[in-house]
Amino acid sequence: MVDIILRILFAFLSISALGALLGFGLAVAARKLRVERDKTVESLMSSLPGLNCGACGYPGCEGYAEALASGQESNVTKCSPGGAEVRQAVAQTLGVEAGESGPRQVARLACLGGDGIALRDFQYAGYSDCEAAKVHFDGDKGCKHGCLGLGSCVKSCPVDAISYTENGLVRVDEEKCIGCEVCVTVCPTGAMHMVDAESKWFVACNSTDKAKATKAVCSAGCIGCRICERKFPEAGFKVEDNLSVLAYTKESGEGRREAAEACPVKCIIRTKD
Amino acid sequence: MTYLGIILTYVFVSNLVLSQFLGLCPFIGVSKNTESAVGMGFAVTFVMSLATLITWALQNFVLVPLRIEFLQTVTFILVIASLVQLVEMAVRKFSPPLYQALGIYLPLITTNCGVLGIALISVNAEYGPMESFLAGLSAGIGFLLALLLMSGIRERLDTERVPRHLKGSPIAFISGGLMALAFMAFDKALLSNLIGG
Repeated sequence: MVDIILRILFAFLSISALGALLGFGLAVAARKLRVERDKTVESLMSSLPGLNCGACGYPGCEGYAEALASGQESNVTKCSPGGAEVRQAVAQTLGVEAGESGPRQVARLACLGGDGIALRDFQYAGYSDCEAAKVHFDGDKGCKHGCLGLGSCVKSCPVDAISYTENGLVRVDEEKCIGCEVCVTVCPTGAMHMVDAESKWFVACNSTDKAKATKAVCSAGCIGCRICERKFPEAGFKVEDNLSVLAYTKESGEGRREAAEACPVKCIIRTKD
Repeated sequence: MTYLGIILTYVFVSNLVLSQFLGLCPFIGVSKNTESAVGMGFAVTFVMSLATLITWALQNFVLVPLRIEFLQTVTFILVIASLVQLVEMAVRKFSPPLYQALGIYLPLITTNCGVLGIALISVNAEYGPMESFLAGLSAGIGFLLALLLMSGIRERLDTERVPRHLKGSPIAFISGGLMALAFMAFDKALLSNLIGG
């Protein structure tokens, strides 16, 4: 009996001692072996958002900060999540002009084919991930360009800006969206598009199939009828590859409302009041 | 077993990845290009050599005298994790170029079961300090070899026409399996013929 208790005691004491020793050793080592980081990198890190989203093309904020500090990177406008504020702070730290990078971009889902609108070819009951669904005959939807609704983008969004909707699609919260394009990269069907945050109208379809094929599988898919392009030339719609695309560069944008109303499938939607 | 025997055993015959199936995570994860495969391989070799030496000391000077060998796994993990941390700090301080090359792979090794695997294997085989160190070193070299071969295969696979559903990890696993089959040629009989014992 005493023997067993002694063993347990030894075990307890030696593991505690070992843990404490290693912890203490690491703490001392961390202090002794600390590497003085570049002051510029430090201050850049404090002004960058720290989301590590990778929108700048570097592995995390630290990578971008180091590239900036070492002079390998001269473009201070690469941090799209930070916006003008971060750009200003970074430029100030480095002592350069901030410059302008285009208007704020946000992600939007170019698909209206929720439950009841888009037909499904079969029942997908596999692993709940868009990429996995895509591997099985390009997904369960009849339309192979639309949102699969399994939420690979929801899971990958670094700021939780994307949520599921009741009708089997996803929605991007434009206030939260930082424009990092992670969802655009992750979406296997390419249904996530980057658009100007300011624009009020949006063609919510991604299908480049011919009208007949689109109509057969989805009642809200762009059929490339060119009504928006021909009747409202000022609005800036352009049909390419059986899909209408809104060119946001066009300043006036008159007739967009009328174009939306005239659209036979109503896939031009208003995104802002 | 002679030193040469230990080296041959852990590099070829009992290759950690290809015949013991340990450390498969970095084997698939870091074998996409040769450069990072070699970086990871050397980092693992370095940590394995140190880890087997230190766990040998821990086993023989702490666990056995106190008769608490049943805590082997726990203590070994503790020691290996701290060791990796310490190595990372030391490398960062004293050799920035090496840190640049190995930096991101070092923390990954903390959770590489191959390191714990070779530590437990060499303790169970009751090796002496020199033999333990050699076992760790050659297991690391074996890991490096497997990763290097795999990365070569995967780089060539990138340009091949692979069936769409096998692209990426699936074809990597299949090639890895075939490679493991090839490594079955290195068996104990061959080893004893080679070194006569």
